[in-house]
Amino acid sequence: MDTALLIEKLVLVVLLFLVSLGIAAYSTYFERKLAAWIQDRVGPDRAGPFGILQPIADGVKMFMKEDFTPKNADRWLFILGPGIAMFTALITSSIVPWGTDLYLFGRTIVLQVADFNIGILFVFGTISIGVYGIMIGGWASNNKYSLYGAIRASSQMISYELAMGISAITIIMMSGSLGLTDIVKSQHGMNWNIFYQPVCFLVFFICALAETNRAPFDLPECESELIGGYHTEYSSMKLGLFLFAEYVSMFVSAAIISILFFGGYNFPGMDHFSGNTLALLSVLVFFAKIFFFIFVIMWIRWTIPRFRFDQLMHLGWKVLIPIAIINLMLTGIVIAFHEGWFLN
Amino acid sequence: MTAELINWILGGLSIGSALMVVFSKHPIRSVLYLIVTFFLVSGLYIMMNAQFLAIVNIIVYAGAIMVLFLFVLMLLNLNKATEPKTPLLVMLSSVGAAGIFVLVLIAALKDSFIQKSGQVAGNLNAGMVENLGELLFKKYIVPFEISSILFIASMVGAVLLAKREKPIID
Repeated sequence: MDTALLIEKLVLVVLLFLVSLGIAAYSTYFERKLAAWIQDRVGPDRAGPFGILQPIADGVKMFMKEDFTPKNADRWLFILGPGIAMFTALITSSIVPWGTDLYLFGRTIVLQVADFNIGILFVFGTISIGVYGIMIGGWASNNKYSLYGAIRASSQMISYELAMGISAITIIMMSGSLGLTDIVKSQHGMNWNIFYQPVCFLVFFICALAETNRAPFDLPECESELIGGYHTEYSSMKLGLFLFAEYVSMFVSAAIISILFFGGYNFPGMDHFSGNTLALLSVLVFFAKIFFFIFVIMWIRWTIPRFRFDQLMHLGWKVLIPIAIINLMLTGIVIAFHEGWFLN
Repeated sequence: MTAELINWILGGLSIGSALMVVFSKHPIRSVLYLIVTFFLVSGLYIMMNAQFLAIVNIIVYAGAIMVLFLFVLMLLNLNKATEPKTPLLVMLSSVGAAGIFVLVLIAALKDSFIQKSGQVAGNLNAGMVENLGELLFKKYIVPFEISSILFIASMVGAVLLAKREKPIID
């Protein structure tokens, strides 16, 4: 076993873990500030200058609260639920290529924890496992509102996974590979997929909102109907993990969206740089894209009201899936034409 | 050696969790153990260099079909009081059917023991996406398409069943 490689990957994993949690923590602050700005309020401004210590104060508060387990709850599954939610949210970032290769101590360091040749399918795997956190947590609470939340979450996830998968297949056909590294490399410079597949992007983006349970698709925790949805019975840091997992998965889905449609770490004029300068610039560009999409997702939450459940199902099955399938077929025909299938 | 050890551990754990599916008292627990079993089987696929199969197994079985299982079980809210009584004849015949299934499995797997353990038969990269695609769309194109027709037929059937209910509700 190559020890240097092991250390390199370990450092990357720890760094990624800290960055994911840090960004998720400050997303909560940013979201509250943004909401305040949109609604013409001030927002959190007490903890530290401009309230920037608010996430830390929130975290401390979460830990200090009483950790309450309902009497009729399934004890182990009640603990397992938020754990799975957090785990699946964090693990997806392991296959994201964060930048071009870095050269340090005479070694080439790939800024990606694991390069599977099935990268995009791994993302879908973790998404489809992520629903178990909500389902198990909601069921184990032994509360009817939690159960309603869990059932809504699972049916919503399964419905939107289909359209999401079909629009991802379109991108796979464009780049000819399932690996995220190859998908990013095929969009070198400004050759981004968004210019070829705007409809596909729209479908994927809407599905990503639904899969991360973000407004206007946050029906599993719809407080006006279900009290708190799947986390009604949760308190203390278990509740914190559920809420935090949502922000982590928002960060990761922003990363996946920028990889699939906005060229990942690619930026126009990247050929003028090389070596470590290029690596640092590419990481910065990638994070700028991620922050932009996190902003857009928040912006949508504070602009559009929540869907009704039947509207959600109608949109998923009768609008998004047909659009995605038609787009897939058209892309297939164009690619076949491009490869010269119809010429002779 | 490490690979063989991992294979043994994964195999043992998957048999253990498969047994827990049967022996768990609570149906929800059974389904959760079944999900664990799917994960362990996916681990075995990865050890055989079949990453595509492993991840598809997780997406389709653990991620979609088991969610529906769990969904239905949560809605049914099964417990001791509502447990349906199974007649003895049905129980005996299901044991018989399972026995016949085991016989078929043993007959099918009989030859695979000739292979030395820890060795992968045939091409090492047979499980990679490219090779699997070549195989499915060239050599096995007819069975592949027929199975997709089967899927469409069952989908149409499901939609038809769901549609028929509508006039009664309204």
